[in-house]
Amino acid sequence: MADLSVNFAGIKAPNPFWLASAPPTNSGYQIIKAFEAGWGGAVWKTLGVPTINVSSRYGAVNYGNTRMAGFNNIELISDRPLVDNLREMEEVKKHFPDHAVIASLMVDTREQWIQIIKDVENAGADGIELNFGCPHGMCERGMGSAVGQDPVVLKTIVEWVMDAAKIPVITKLSPNISHITDPGLAAAQGGTDAISLVNTFKSIVGIDLDSFAPYPVVDGKGSNGGYCGPAVKPIALNMVKELAQHKDINHLPISGIGGIETWRDAVEFILLGATSLQVCTAAMHYGFGIVREMEAGLTKFMDERGYNTIYDFAGKALPNVTEWKNLNLKYNVKAEINEDKCVGCDLCYIACDDGAHQAIALPLDGSRIPSIIEENCVGCNLCSLVCPVEDCITMVRTDDGKEKVTWQELTDKDEIPNTFNDARAGGNGHYVPEPSKALKIK
Amino acid sequence: MAEYKRPTTQEEFDKNFKLKKPLMNDTEAFYESSRCLFCYDAPCVQACPTSIDIPLFIKQISTKNVEGAAKTIYDSNWLGNACGTVCPTDVLCVGSCVYNHQDVQPLQIGRLQNYATKNVINSDKQLYKPRKDNGKKVAIIGSGPAGIACASELRLLGFEVTIYEAKEKPSGLTVYGIAPYKITNEEVLDEVQYLQNQLGFTIKYSSPISNKAQLELLERTHDAIFLGLGIGATASLKMEGENLENVIGAVEFVEELRMKQHLIEVPNKVIVLGGGNTAMDAASEMARLGAEKVYLAYRRAKEDMGAYSFEYDLAVSAGVEGLFNCSPIEIVGDGTKVTGVKFIKTSTKHGILRPLEDTEFILDCDMVIKATGQAKQKIFTDLIDDLELDRKSRIIVDEKNNQTTNPKYFAGGDIINGGAEVVNAVYDGKLAAKGIHQWLTK
Repeated sequence: MADLSVNFAGIKAPNPFWLASAPPTNSGYQIIKAFEAGWGGAVWKTLGVPTINVSSRYGAVNYGNTRMAGFNNIELISDRPLVDNLREMEEVKKHFPDHAVIASLMVDTREQWIQIIKDVENAGADGIELNFGCPHGMCERGMGSAVGQDPVVLKTIVEWVMDAAKIPVITKLSPNISHITDPGLAAAQGGTDAISLVNTFKSIVGIDLDSFAPYPVVDGKGSNGGYCGPAVKPIALNMVKELAQHKDINHLPISGIGGIETWRDAVEFILLGATSLQVCTAAMHYGFGIVREMEAGLTKFMDERGYNTIYDFAGKALPNVTEWKNLNLKYNVKAEINEDKCVGCDLCYIACDDGAHQAIALPLDGSRIPSIIEENCVGCNLCSLVCPVEDCITMVRTDDGKEKVTWQELTDKDEIPNTFNDARAGGNGHYVPEPSKALKIK
Repeated sequence: MAEYKRPTTQEEFDKNFKLKKPLMNDTEAFYESSRCLFCYDAPCVQACPTSIDIPLFIKQISTKNVEGAAKTIYDSNWLGNACGTVCPTDVLCVGSCVYNHQDVQPLQIGRLQNYATKNVINSDKQLYKPRKDNGKKVAIIGSGPAGIACASELRLLGFEVTIYEAKEKPSGLTVYGIAPYKITNEEVLDEVQYLQNQLGFTIKYSSPISNKAQLELLERTHDAIFLGLGIGATASLKMEGENLENVIGAVEFVEELRMKQHLIEVPNKVIVLGGGNTAMDAASEMARLGAEKVYLAYRRAKEDMGAYSFEYDLAVSAGVEGLFNCSPIEIVGDGTKVTGVKFIKTSTKHGILRPLEDTEFILDCDMVIKATGQAKQKIFTDLIDDLELDRKSRIIVDEKNNQTTNPKYFAGGDIINGGAEVVNAVYDGKLAAKGIHQWLTK
């Protein structure tokens, strides 16, 4: 049976599923409830400078009948008195000494950092997370993402913190930046024990078409919020990968955050190098019970493959994430339609004809079962992605796997196409219908 | 003309008795599982007698952890596959789905359940291993749902288990007593075989326990005994003409139907007496067998019937005609065979049923099916010392652990509840196993 326990930069927890610093970790009551439900750790909602919150704080992107595919908030850090939070933190640790309780912090001056670190250490926190991420409100006061976007300031504060802290320090990064490796490197150079990412993305989830104000609307106005939820996972995964592949950063453990909701999401983050996982939106949507699905799925995945701990497969996908120039140009797949499964929606046909490479034909007998024009199919996957039937369109490899050539190799051999009408370019000779074929009246 | 043509081949029989809940394909399961809201403290779980964590297994299906979904089901219910098919889900889990409140189709929980359980049964996936032998032996009388569930749970706890079964096949009424359009024989037997493969309990077929000496031997050689005998043959109507040829009990008819299928003899005109679910089943089945006319006669009003309304609707849709407020007073015949039933019309005032004077009439038929209740196993239960029964001859048990008043005996299923659903029996069996474990290890 798989052992899910983790030791993340010295912070121990029974499993890698932690609640991210957010509304679900606003109180000791919530955190104890979460631990009872099976979460392995919790990052306390950020403690720090005093704030006042607005009413109407969250907005969502619903995609079809899927609610909260994306989610944003304009809530600030904890607005509860520090003394209450510290007292509750102490109580949580008393009940759950083996679970990870991490204090997320956001203050301004060096003196404030030193004082608050001492306070949370005294309350029994197992670690500290530096909130350099919030892209709304706090950044206007020079904190949160304002720090995360300025590697020099970030490094300085990390140095202050490392000087003062006796417990492990995680630096949480903002994704609102061109190169995540810049703040990542600054955090590493500042001496952080670990990195967590991503915090939320600057966002406007929608505009109220009556009041012309962005959601969430506060008295006829709105502000950009921090975007999260399943919709941000792909961007978060890439950023985790960027740090995990960086030679001057990847000695640090990474706590992966961004749209984690299912066991599959969890495994993906771990495969890209994360060794703890932080979740917020899924808990806000479904309650703490959602961890049951993640834990059961992760355990089964590990048992099936004989992994004893998550460290047995952490980062295993990293060697396979490479630059485009290293991909095999001889690899070739073609779409195959299972006629027995096809329901005749013809989405694949129109997607290919309008949106891709005109490689699907409709039958002349009106039967609606389309067929692949093999010589036109470039293997783009689009038809298999739009097909609403499981395993109806599959992409089948057609090259024999013996030949391999990459753009890099062609470049090295000076064999890349280098004029605009070079015969060696990829689309040369590929069939495209005559433009006039699209005319309604010929 | 009857709705259904008389089946003369297995193929025609299968067509008439087409499964009401066919197996879902991958696409259907994906769409359906994606609709689940993952309700908190979900009403469907509350409605399930075995408290299956339904939102969790549905979420697991949607995240392609189908084996995990099956494990979630079997963790609560040892006959998860049979129950997914034969449970009256419309009045249990599906009936309580919150979508019902907004006139949206409720989740097809039973079919999703079967999607998961069939997957592991077909691949013979080992989900459980018996615990190390604890040196204790338990005898189980009856291999119906209660007995199988009890055996499975006991094996998991390390007991040696032998089931004594009077018939030639396991599963009790699941094989012998359920309408063939709900589940096939093969499907029932496959699940028992699947459990047996993993858990290794022994079933001794054609081994009825029917006398004191046999019971005393079991008592000497076993640490505990579980009674899962169900209830007996159709009870007598105590009415003139009952012994005529072609006057049969519903339980016996269904059993003959399940075993003989299309080879069963079909009469032209049938009168089914009763207003419970068994009466609905028998009437529906007769109609599907192509009997020209099937009457369902009930002595009280339609709304007083014990049957679920969807079961009555199903019978009507198969061509059954309901006769209400008609009480049978005599079964008439030609000396050897039945030729009709003499009824008297009734009315109910203040809950009391009164026959109406001078309203007798005879309805012709060539078969009568009595679906008016089953006899209790009183002759058997009298063999056991100190076993207390209630006034309806049901074994009295402690509802915490299903222990009878003779501490060595535990009981579950129809023998304690007088006749209920498969799912209730499964719950009883598991509860008794835990009770036996606690009693023998305290």
